[in-house]
Amino acid sequence: MPLSIQITINREPRVIDLDDPRVTLLDLLRERLELTGTKKGCDRGQCGACTVLVNGRRVNACLTLAASLEGASVETIEGVADGAHLHPVQQAFIDHDGFQCGYCTPGQIMSAIGLLREACVHGDAERVREQMSGNLCRCGAYAGIVEAVLDAERVTAGQAQRGAA
Amino acid sequence: MNPFDYVRPTTIEEAVAAASEPGAAYLAGGTNLLDLMKGGAMQPTRLVDITHLPALNAIERDSEGGARIGALVKNADLAHDDKFAHDFPAVAEALLAGASPQLRNAATVGGNLLQRTRCAYFYDPASACNKRLPGAGCDARGGLNANHAVLGWSDACIATHPSDFCVALAALDAVVEVAGRDGIREAALTDFHQLPGDTPHEETVLAPGELIVGVRLSAEAAAFAWHSRYLKVRERTSYAFALVSAAAALKIDDDGIITDARIALGSVAAKPWRTPAAEAGLIGARAGIEAFAAAGRVALAGAAPSGDNAYKIQLGQNVVARVLARAAAGTPRELPALPGAPFATAAGELAHV
Repeated sequence: MPLSIQITINREPRVIDLDDPRVTLLDLLRERLELTGTKKGCDRGQCGACTVLVNGRRVNACLTLAASLEGASVETIEGVADGAHLHPVQQAFIDHDGFQCGYCTPGQIMSAIGLLREACVHGDAERVREQMSGNLCRCGAYAGIVEAVLDAERVTAGQAQRGAA
Repeated sequence: MNPFDYVRPTTIEEAVAAASEPGAAYLAGGTNLLDLMKGGAMQPTRLVDITHLPALNAIERDSEGGARIGALVKNADLAHDDKFAHDFPAVAEALLAGASPQLRNAATVGGNLLQRTRCAYFYDPASACNKRLPGAGCDARGGLNANHAVLGWSDACIATHPSDFCVALAALDAVVEVAGRDGIREAALTDFHQLPGDTPHEETVLAPGELIVGVRLSAEAAAFAWHSRYLKVRERTSYAFALVSAAAALKIDDDGIITDARIALGSVAAKPWRTPAAEAGLIGARAGIEAFAAAGRVALAGAAPSGDNAYKIQLGQNVVARVLARAAAGTPRELPALPGAPFATAAGELAHV
């Protein structure tokens, strides 16, 4: 039975016809919408490489059935930069060597963006490690990742203060 | 994944009718179900997507202080609801000790209760598992079973229930609200999950098609808020299932005497394991390590290894004593950076009970 869903992806409203209800959000993005920035690692919710934001919150796209996302808003790594201007979390990952091979990086960055929106880090590296525990990095770039998230928190907090002033 | 029909009902009545057909399964967060379907351990022929049902998303409070949590409330939303976390801190700590942030953003209250065991032989369709295929046998009995049950197990099944959330709910006498063809009924959380016996595939009291619509905690449970903790020992610091966990809630009078106690253990049995005898033994005792260690021994008194897991009995005793000591010390104003973890001990806390 053909199934049609209305979904917003990176601020663009889309109507998507699904020919098979088994399609996950991850496979929808990668295989049908050519948004291959979101990576498939384990495909079982263990590695976090497929992390995207659904309605502003980070989830594993591999464990999300696309058919259930009627009316949802999805943000992927392709949508976070403002043209050539990187998102503060992207810039922080570059500044702090928050990656080596880069395969887990889109998921790490989307997870970090979700984490900063949850506003529970408070400059505490231990909280960053705990709150980023759903994202594995097989190169072991964790030290740089933690520094990047802490730096991005400082930068975004500063931007928010300037915005309020 | 096997092919399936996808239906999206708009009312609870439609959902129950659609899920009453053989082979149907409810889809909420999907974090466990899709994983099981990808591996072939579950092969539902119809998914009933309840994520768009109205009125199952609220955290409601009554005038006495009790709470009613809708079945579709996300684990993260419940744990981060300030008023809920203030009144039921062990529940919030248990939620935040579980899974990863991504999974907590997707996983629901109802789905948490109905998650399946993480026994590797249940997950592997090539292995014998009485829970997956009744009568097939149990490869866990002679297999890798260091994480398996030490309480309430049977020859047919030694799997554990992996939930953190349910352990705190069991300690606090939560009630599960269930919708079926004949309307709403209730079940105590402690009666909701069943021990394996000869029918390990019958995991809960739910009849086919019945749907969890909410979970209630009473004002009496909130009265333990000053002394409520959750402790979870696992093989890595974060994002792992428990080897043994426990929730404890105490009331202590001005003289340091325990006037009421609640204890439940996790990952030791096919259900969250309440310990009435250990609780009764604490009442009237002075809050202190002697009473807490004794409670640990009583809590695990009936335990027996089901394989390479005798260590869980001593570990369970220690975890009970330790979580009681933490509860007695008082619920922290803010949860630690690592909720439920045995690390980052407070000053004066006994690291090895």
